[in-house]
Amino acid sequence: MTDDNNQVDRGKRRFLIATTTALGGAATVASAVPFVASMMPSQRALATGAPVEVDIGKVELGTKLDVEWQGKPVWIVNRTKEMLATLPTLIDKLVDPGSDVLQQPTYCKNLTRSIKPEYFVAVGICTHLGCSPTFRPEEGGPDLGPDWSGGFFCPCHGSRFDLAGRVFKGFPAPANLVVPPYRYLSDSRILIGEDPKVA
Amino acid sequence: MNNKMSALLNWVDERFPLTATLKAHLSEYYAPKNFNFWYYFGSLALLVLVMQIVTGIFLTMNYKPDANLAFASVEYIMRDVSWGWLIRYMHSTGSSMFFVAVYLHMFRAMLYGSYRKPRELLWIFGMLIYLCLMAEAFFGYLLPWGQMSFWGAQVIINLFDAIPLIGPDLALWIRGDYSVSDATLNRFFAYHVIAVPLVLLGLVAAHIIALHEVGSNNPDGIEIKKHKDPKTGIPLDGIPFHPYYTVKDMMGVVVFLFVFSIIMFFIPEMGGYFLEHNNFIPADVLKTPEHIAPLWYFTPFYSILRANTFNFLWVPAKLWGVLLMGLAVIIFFFLPWLDRSLVKSVRYRGQFYKTALTLFTISFIVLGYLGTQPVTEIRTVIAQIGTVIYFLFFFLMPWYTKIDKTKPEPERVRW
Amino acid sequence: MVKSILIALLLVPVMAIASNEIKLDTAPVNLYDTISLQRGVRIFVNYCVTCHNAAYMRYNRLQDLGLTEQQIKDNLMFAVAKRVGDTMTVAMDKNDAKDWFGTTPPDLSLIARSRGADWLYTYLRVFYRDNTTHTGWNNVVFPRVGMPHVLHELQGVQVLKTEMQTDALGHKHEVQNLLLEAPGTLTPAQYDMLVADLVNYLVYMADPAKTFRIQLGIYVLFFLAISFVATYMLKKEFWKDVH
Repeated sequence: MTDDNNQVDRGKRRFLIATTTALGGAATVASAVPFVASMMPSQRALATGAPVEVDIGKVELGTKLDVEWQGKPVWIVNRTKEMLATLPTLIDKLVDPGSDVLQQPTYCKNLTRSIKPEYFVAVGICTHLGCSPTFRPEEGGPDLGPDWSGGFFCPCHGSRFDLAGRVFKGFPAPANLVVPPYRYLSDSRILIGEDPKVA
Repeated sequence: MNNKMSALLNWVDERFPLTATLKAHLSEYYAPKNFNFWYYFGSLALLVLVMQIVTGIFLTMNYKPDANLAFASVEYIMRDVSWGWLIRYMHSTGSSMFFVAVYLHMFRAMLYGSYRKPRELLWIFGMLIYLCLMAEAFFGYLLPWGQMSFWGAQVIINLFDAIPLIGPDLALWIRGDYSVSDATLNRFFAYHVIAVPLVLLGLVAAHIIALHEVGSNNPDGIEIKKHKDPKTGIPLDGIPFHPYYTVKDMMGVVVFLFVFSIIMFFIPEMGGYFLEHNNFIPADVLKTPEHIAPLWYFTPFYSILRANTFNFLWVPAKLWGVLLMGLAVIIFFFLPWLDRSLVKSVRYRGQFYKTALTLFTISFIVLGYLGTQPVTEIRTVIAQIGTVIYFLFFFLMPWYTKIDKTKPEPERVRW
Repeated sequence: MVKSILIALLLVPVMAIASNEIKLDTAPVNLYDTISLQRGVRIFVNYCVTCHNAAYMRYNRLQDLGLTEQQIKDNLMFAVAKRVGDTMTVAMDKNDAKDWFGTTPPDLSLIARSRGADWLYTYLRVFYRDNTTHTGWNNVVFPRVGMPHVLHELQGVQVLKTEMQTDALGHKHEVQNLLLEAPGTLTPAQYDMLVADLVNYLVYMADPAKTFRIQLGIYVLFFLAISFVATYMLKKEFWKDVH
């Protein structure tokens, strides 16, 4: 029966075992692909997370509009001249005043961290642990101290950001607020989630 | 490298009988060398079981057991989830192919007397697996929440109504509502994804343990353990399962997957037999489809249910139908004791058993076909004849297997 | 001359219908005919999505048919507020629909799978004028259907004529024929073609992954065929041991 007589061609056997193992391995990997891929965002998730068109004309001067993009709050702040004027004065107090860390698209790596200076667009999630900071445009105030020149304050762990979403030194948040990709469709409409078309 | 591996293996073996288990069930499990075509379906059924579990897990990630969401969530899987259609078709094709494998596996047992002593318990575990599978298929079929899902469940649950005294309350308890509803869907989901699969896995383990205790039967229906090598104690007609049957089964698996793929990729609906047309309409409490038929694997029993049109002995026809349908399934459990033949395999049986098995097989298939069709007078008559043949096969078995003229069994397997 | 031809044309029975069993025409479905599918989706959004949803079908999926997102947006999406990833839904109120048609128009995403292509192809061609129904229309394969004949401007107006005919054996039969009473903007052949395109699209939409599935299936079978050769040889080789 199974007596290992000398007729057994060991080389052929080894070759066939290697072939079938390779085929089986390929089949296993190939059939794992659909299962793994099925756990990626579905078409519905992609559709919900698609770029959002926003009419920014209705955002009044000095106020903030919240929109949802990819399940995250996105702020659009129409900054006044006075607000913009505070930005250069804060350099010493900020962790990353020049926005050197990649928290924004390259076209927003500037003083106002925006395409157009007055409109600030940012993902409203604190870079510390993911709470949504509150908009505190007023200067001074009993809780934020006399030095406060307007910005965002995270109620969870007290992180503070200026009106360009730059984080202040001495607070837990490590980086500036994230600026999402966006582009202007017209003077008063922006599309959040898509980079400007390269001309 | 090899040293490290064997050291690791030793470390494990001192704590868990890994090598011993593999030996007992694979490399030193001696199976008869004369297995034929019919012996592929056990391992194939195991393969489908694994496929159903894996695809099922991934389906539950996106399926919603809620009457308002279920239908849409299935379409969500079919369209919006990447590769969801593949996973779903694999599962729906798998359920039918599971029954194909199991029916052929059972037929094998009837051909070669695999249920006979000492394999009665093995057979009973197998039958319990079959019952679980029927339950699993029935519960699972409600989940897409299409018209056929809904009305099929409605009809089957109403069968329990026929049981005297407790019937109506029992049906109400099964549904958890006055008709099939969200509550029913939700509990069927629980049965389908966890309760029945747990029992099924346990039974499959018991089935395999029992098999490896008594050893496999073979097409000759003789015990290979009668002739052992006096030195090693290994059956002379036995070969180690691994590598001989692992390589053979691998070949079988490839052929099976080929057939499976043809169905899944090209004809997943199987002309309405695997996925019914009406099930692409969401469940509607107010509209019964014109023609309700269960999926093909239940149709022989469904035919027996419908064939009963007589009120007999104070028992109404509906109850007779339900009782006979139940009996048609349960009676398989008694095969080991109904069969009185001197031999196990059909190869050495006489004309009586061969004729009986042929008639039974034909009646099973005819009943199965009729179950998919709408009732007409002539079809009901044929179904009634089929039902009679079906039961005579079992009821007369002690008699015809005893008087059957058998041929002498060989001492060693024919090879 | 022209007039007499026209009249002759109108009198040709468009369809002969046996009184008991209705034979369905075979729909010329071809999922690989992208142009037909593109025409089909155009008809679909113009005539069907006014009342029916296709709530499981996303507009951007139409890229399957060789359209770009911009083309889909510009030519097929009429609701301005919609995004290209949205599904084909109608803003019509369910209860309004019920009031108007007596029933909620069914979702059409899967209609080709539940009804079948042949039924749809026949159904859309056998509407006829019937003043006894509340829409003024009736249908041969779906008697007293709640849906009016939306495409009647294209097809024209058909009427159902019942005649008694005597067959060769002398038995009398009731034979119903559809006659085109007033022509539409399309010829019957053009209209059939339009319905064919629409049904083709409906079939695509019911199972959009189908063509990809078939493609993949061929690869898988090819792979399995190779695997069979390998496993068969492996089995043969090992079973040489068994004597």
